[in-house]
Amino acid sequence: MAILRRVLTGAALPALVASFLVGALVLLSAGTNPLTGYQALVRGVLLDTNLPYLAAAFAPILGMAVSFAVPLRMGEFNLGGDGQLVLGGITAAAVASAVPDAGLPGFALAALAGAAAAAVWAALSVPLARWGRVPIIISTLLLGFPAVSFASYLARYPLTDKGTGIPQTPRLPDAMHLPSLPASAYVNVGLVVAIVLFAAYWVVDARTGTGLELRTLGANLRFGQYVGIDVERRTLGALAVSGAIAGLTGALIVAGPPYRFIDGALVAPGYTFTGVTVALIASARPAGLLAGALLFTALQVGGTGMERDVGIPRQLTAIIQAAVVITFVLIVAVRARRKVVAR
Amino acid sequence: MNVFTLGFVAAVLIALAPVLLAALGGALCARVGVFNIGLEGQMLLGCFTAVAVSARTGSAELGVAAAAGAGVLTALVLAIGSVRLNADPIVLAIGTNLLAVGLTGFLLRSVLGTSGTYSSPDLAGLTPLGSTWVGSIPVLGTVLAGSSWLVVLSLVLVVVLAVFLSRTPAGLRLRGIGENPDAARSLGVDVSRYQQAAVLVAGALCGLAGAQLALGNVQLFSEQMTAGRGWVAVVAVMLGRGRPGWVLGASVVFGAAEAFGFRLQGLGLPQQATDAAPYVITLLALILTSVRWRRTVQPTGGTP
Repeated sequence: MAILRRVLTGAALPALVASFLVGALVLLSAGTNPLTGYQALVRGVLLDTNLPYLAAAFAPILGMAVSFAVPLRMGEFNLGGDGQLVLGGITAAAVASAVPDAGLPGFALAALAGAAAAAVWAALSVPLARWGRVPIIISTLLLGFPAVSFASYLARYPLTDKGTGIPQTPRLPDAMHLPSLPASAYVNVGLVVAIVLFAAYWVVDARTGTGLELRTLGANLRFGQYVGIDVERRTLGALAVSGAIAGLTGALIVAGPPYRFIDGALVAPGYTFTGVTVALIASARPAGLLAGALLFTALQVGGTGMERDVGIPRQLTAIIQAAVVITFVLIVAVRARRKVVAR
Repeated sequence: MNVFTLGFVAAVLIALAPVLLAALGGALCARVGVFNIGLEGQMLLGCFTAVAVSARTGSAELGVAAAAGAGVLTALVLAIGSVRLNADPIVLAIGTNLLAVGLTGFLLRSVLGTSGTYSSPDLAGLTPLGSTWVGSIPVLGTVLAGSSWLVVLSLVLVVVLAVFLSRTPAGLRLRGIGENPDAARSLGVDVSRYQQAAVLVAGALCGLAGAQLALGNVQLFSEQMTAGRGWVAVVAVMLGRGRPGWVLGASVVFGAAEAFGFRLQGLGLPQQATDAAPYVITLLALILTSVRWRRTVQPTGGTP
């Protein structure tokens, strides 16, 4: 019930309403009837044939939301999700091709390697902050560019599927494809993994000392230092875990249809920043993450349907997402001011 | 390969100009105590507006003016939100950067009717100075041959901003606010107004940066074409500690890395390797200077 009250009185709901109004304004100014657009959006979500896509997009969005939430809990921003996602995907593809006959256990190894590579890349921002005084928000983002370029290079030259002319790695052997869940061709075990990751985040956040320490640092860094929390160790851990989750998400995408790493395919759907939006408006709280991931997956899938249906560019959903972040943080600020004035 | 040729200097100038324009705006914000990481989005909207207006009107100058306006409009969200209403500047900037990506992608399809990349013969680019009277000046003509007037403006603005900050009463007040806002307030300085003005000026400069990138460096718009230059500008501000001359130095590092990358591509190195070089080099430069200056700068803390 506390959750329900928080949803009803929080800033997320008014922010959502305001953002759909912003979206309506954008549609109007582009010469489209907003009702036509939003109807197509809803149809895109509810259409039977789109439900599998909805379920398939949910796993990476939830994964990236959890990835961004972990360091956000302690007040740090990992904006390099795209780079870590891609690094996880290409590493998994490379390792998988090295052990082609190992089946699913082989892919599990490959996925772990992907998670490890991404974890190291994300955690690199901590020594950069310690020794170079580069804020983590900037180093994670800038480190993303070489990571994406490197993966693109690998998919084009050393690891490329020769003869296709497309920058992609060879198709994974059948035995390494993630098994589909019953009654669906598109939804696979990746969804289960994402939900397990999310559950683990919830448990650690709510029930362990580590979770308490992270939340304490997020609420007040100085207080955390004062009570003896090892800030550097916690930061390193949070960034490494964040990177690992992003890398694992990338690996799981590669083991789903079309079962290979294609240059740009992991970044193009915008999983990373959808995850960022979700984690920001949930303030990294677990329950909010789950609800937000569902809602924004629906929005993204609906946007694709809307584009196909009535030709409104699906980037409208990115505009709505951005508007949610902006109005959310504005509403929080205005409410905080009112509280100060009332006091 | 000889990099110390006039041609290389010319290439560096063109490559550094967009970063420098945005970074000067960021430096102004840093000196008045505002951590502005919204440069990337403002620059991207500048790129799109410059291209759209230039394609419609056939005038590059109108495109430049409109781009500056678009930068200011985007910066208005930050100015009102984070300065006046005290909203979290980092989250707000993430939001506006995201908005820029979505909005330019949407408008590219709905207004210019294409996706991915837009270029057209209707699109008027900025005139390279080499084809004007400047081109006939020895040495300088060669160095500025491919540059637009915006490149020259960016270099002039380094001096203007340095003089403004160090030699004018307004500049002094601005720095005072950055050093100690409470003290400035007690002297009757309108802190919020100075900070908002700095954010808006930075927006205009980011708009110009976008215009230079989309109408000067190339003549096209492609989705997310700023490719992190706004973030490199944030790094340049930190590298230069908000001092215009130093910020120029930091931008030169990025410009040289990009220009050098192009040269290496000419030698057959894959594009993906040279694409990454400017970011790696900029980060390395930041680390090296920070390590050297560590003892002289601020105490520890998280992300500012």
